[in-house]
Amino acid sequence: MTQAQSGPAAAGNLPPALALHGINKRFSTVHANKDVSLSVAKGTIHGIIGENGAGKSTLMSIVYGYYQADSGTIEVDGERVSIKEPQDALGVGIGMVHQHFMLVNTFTVLENVVLGVEGGMTLGTGMDAARKELEHLEKEYSLEVDPDAIIGDLPVGLQQRVEILKALYRGAETLVLDEPTGVLTPQEVDHLFRILHALRDQGKTIILITHKLREIMALTDNVTVMRQGEVVANVKTADTSREQLAELMVGRSVLLRVEKTPAQPTDVCLAVKGLNVIDGNGVRRVKDVDFDVRYGEIVGIAGVSGNGQSELLEALSGIRPVDTGDILFKGENLAAMDGHLSRWVREHGMGHVPEDRQHMGLVLDFHAFEDTILGYHHDPLYNRHGLLNYNAITGQCADWMQGYDVRPAVPEQKAGDFSGGNQQKIVLAREMERDPELLLVGQPTRGVDIGAIEFIHKRLIAMRDAGKAILLVSVELDEIMSLADRILVMFDGMIVGEMPQGEATEQQLGLLMAGESTNVQQGAS
Amino acid sequence: MSAANKAPRWVTLALVPAVNLMAAFFIAGLIITAIGENPFAALEVLVYGAFVFPEALGFTLYYTTNFVFTGLAVAMAFHCRLFNIGGEGQAYIGGLGVGLVCLYMGGWPFPIVLIVAIMAGALFGGAWAFIPAYLQAKRGSHVVITTIMFNFIAAALMTYIMVEILIKPGQQSPESREFDPGTWLPFVHEMLGAIGIEVARSPLNLSFLIALVCCVLVWVFIWHTRWGYEIRTVGHNESAAVYAGISPSRNIIIAMCISGALAGMVGINEIMGVQHRLILDFTGGYGFVGIAVALMGRNHPIGIVLAALLFGALYQGGSELAFEMPNITRHMVVVIQGLVILFSGALEHLFRPRIEALFIRKPDAVPAQAAE
Repeated sequence: MTQAQSGPAAAGNLPPALALHGINKRFSTVHANKDVSLSVAKGTIHGIIGENGAGKSTLMSIVYGYYQADSGTIEVDGERVSIKEPQDALGVGIGMVHQHFMLVNTFTVLENVVLGVEGGMTLGTGMDAARKELEHLEKEYSLEVDPDAIIGDLPVGLQQRVEILKALYRGAETLVLDEPTGVLTPQEVDHLFRILHALRDQGKTIILITHKLREIMALTDNVTVMRQGEVVANVKTADTSREQLAELMVGRSVLLRVEKTPAQPTDVCLAVKGLNVIDGNGVRRVKDVDFDVRYGEIVGIAGVSGNGQSELLEALSGIRPVDTGDILFKGENLAAMDGHLSRWVREHGMGHVPEDRQHMGLVLDFHAFEDTILGYHHDPLYNRHGLLNYNAITGQCADWMQGYDVRPAVPEQKAGDFSGGNQQKIVLAREMERDPELLLVGQPTRGVDIGAIEFIHKRLIAMRDAGKAILLVSVELDEIMSLADRILVMFDGMIVGEMPQGEATEQQLGLLMAGESTNVQQGAS
Repeated sequence: MSAANKAPRWVTLALVPAVNLMAAFFIAGLIITAIGENPFAALEVLVYGAFVFPEALGFTLYYTTNFVFTGLAVAMAFHCRLFNIGGEGQAYIGGLGVGLVCLYMGGWPFPIVLIVAIMAGALFGGAWAFIPAYLQAKRGSHVVITTIMFNFIAAALMTYIMVEILIKPGQQSPESREFDPGTWLPFVHEMLGAIGIEVARSPLNLSFLIALVCCVLVWVFIWHTRWGYEIRTVGHNESAAVYAGISPSRNIIIAMCISGALAGMVGINEIMGVQHRLILDFTGGYGFVGIAVALMGRNHPIGIVLAALLFGALYQGGSELAFEMPNITRHMVVVIQGLVILFSGALEHLFRPRIEALFIRKPDAVPAQAAE
């Protein structure tokens, strides 16, 4: 790894615009930032790249004063600063452009820009000065926006421009952009890149947080790669390549290899054809997806989260309506059915371990035994004379807790009082113990401790060996690579690659996940 | 976090409400002192008026009956995380249903009249809750806003019906004719008298027992049926409900209709049990107090009965207080009730964290490094 602490030649001997030394941050058991040090040279575009959960956003939240680091120091222009809240960050010239814009939709551009720094008791005089200043900024950085337009009427690209103007208006010398292109169209992305280059050329420093390799290569001068809370490399963009960055980003850390025999796939259990799913905001999240899952195999869907996997799982399990396309489950087309679909699929042998167990898989306020019948509460097994048969329910819950080693094995304990791993075991027990023919599993080991991960992986393999079909969605590449017999990569709602387990390399998958699909044939089937 | 760092149940369920109540009485005592009365004497009058003198208990339980119905109504909706502020209007319309049955079913056998009247009260009250429920479930109109508005609509509607349609011919006061005595609910003093136990006359009637039966039914429904399970799932976590194939909108409507039906039972007590004719404004704010009752009773039938008893005693003892102590007016009594609502409802968390902290056993402190 090349160290690029010295910065680009243009910066000369100036102190770095921002330097972090030994930043540590823990959230209860998660060590989100481990001894992070990096240095951002003045007048450069500095990329911070890493997978979701690598600690990039936590780090920038510390820089912007949303969180306090447990230890470590921050220097701005060579001077040590203390940033306790966003006001402090602004005070030392650090501005943030959030992924989700912090704008008042019903206010005008000008009103949004001055929000919080109106100055003076009455708005009138301040506003005139603000308008002049805003027009000056717009001209200087070619960031044209009509100051009197209502934010809600503007396209996303222009709203983002207002966010940038807001930061500049507050005197920001260093701009932090958190995943700025996630919501933009390709044309808007190009425009944003031009703006950022212009800002850099005017002497501003820009920190770009992203998980997209293309942006790093196209924009940045230097790049810091983070993985699992640590900085794994500080390199000059010119000295590196996409492949190298992908490898650094995904890491060669210990693969939790699971012992398993080659899959023996038989008949098709689930066939998805030309599936399109539209979310609540009218955005197409799943685009013309085709694949199938056979009995006796685990099909893994890899991808950076937010690329349509959640919507795909929800559509398959009957929670989210299908726009167009077919979902053939045991020969029945789910897309053509309506009403009580998620109940129907459960009753016909589809288990679903949702991606977000706390938000969807469990009612945290319920006793554990109540959660073990969630979705299956109509089953005659749990009902007697119209009343819930709590003896049967708690008895079964206690058995499952033994079988899945849930600790403590107390059915009466509130679900929310179990640790993440034990909560996940409760969900897994509920969805697996009823012997489904198809199991949809989303992020089975997110937030789960190592011991439980191994247990969960073994269970999934055992289920496959029993001839069941399993569709696994995970953002953990290690998990996909060790569990899945066939790997699909999802990017921007599309399946951008498919390969058998043996042929997949992390690098290849990493590139596909980052949307670099040019070299890989689309859909091997 | 483990169960070890939670306060024992009795602290949450008994001690905290008791402290809240004491705080309310303390402030009320200060106010009573300020207006020149002895707070201890006032308390004595209140307790005597609510429980001790011959017909006191009957009156207290009569008020309690209404509060049980409206408290259950609020709790029912709350288990689906709906704040039903419309108990007042639902009780009003429910009473209309009860009254119509009694007006037009005179001469029928009493058990049939009773059953039909209960069904009518539930149906009318439930129907009045259905519209806000539907608007919430399908159109996203907030149920708090719509139920408040429906209280006003109910009041206007009742005034129209009473003045224009049901008014007894040849009189000025907007009241219906008296019901056939065969449709009246038996008073408790009559029922006990029939088996040889003499108690003082009071408005307490059979509906008190109906209220207790409702408590049991609500308890069974919410915690022991899969329908209650669905409602609680929707109330706690709507995404989990959708995941489990439970329709939030359907359960919102069911919970609200049952809630309205329970509020409508106030009509059984007031119209069929006591007034024996339809009048205006018989709901007397019971629907609103039901919110405080449900809050204090933690949305559990047992808690609701206890809280309803407290408010019943405050109503009855309070009117005695206003009668006995000239400085303490009827409005002063409302202030005392308001303080109880304030401390046990709105300021419910004022003492809770501190009291609970006293009873939480701290786990042995583990140094952060040792955790690695």
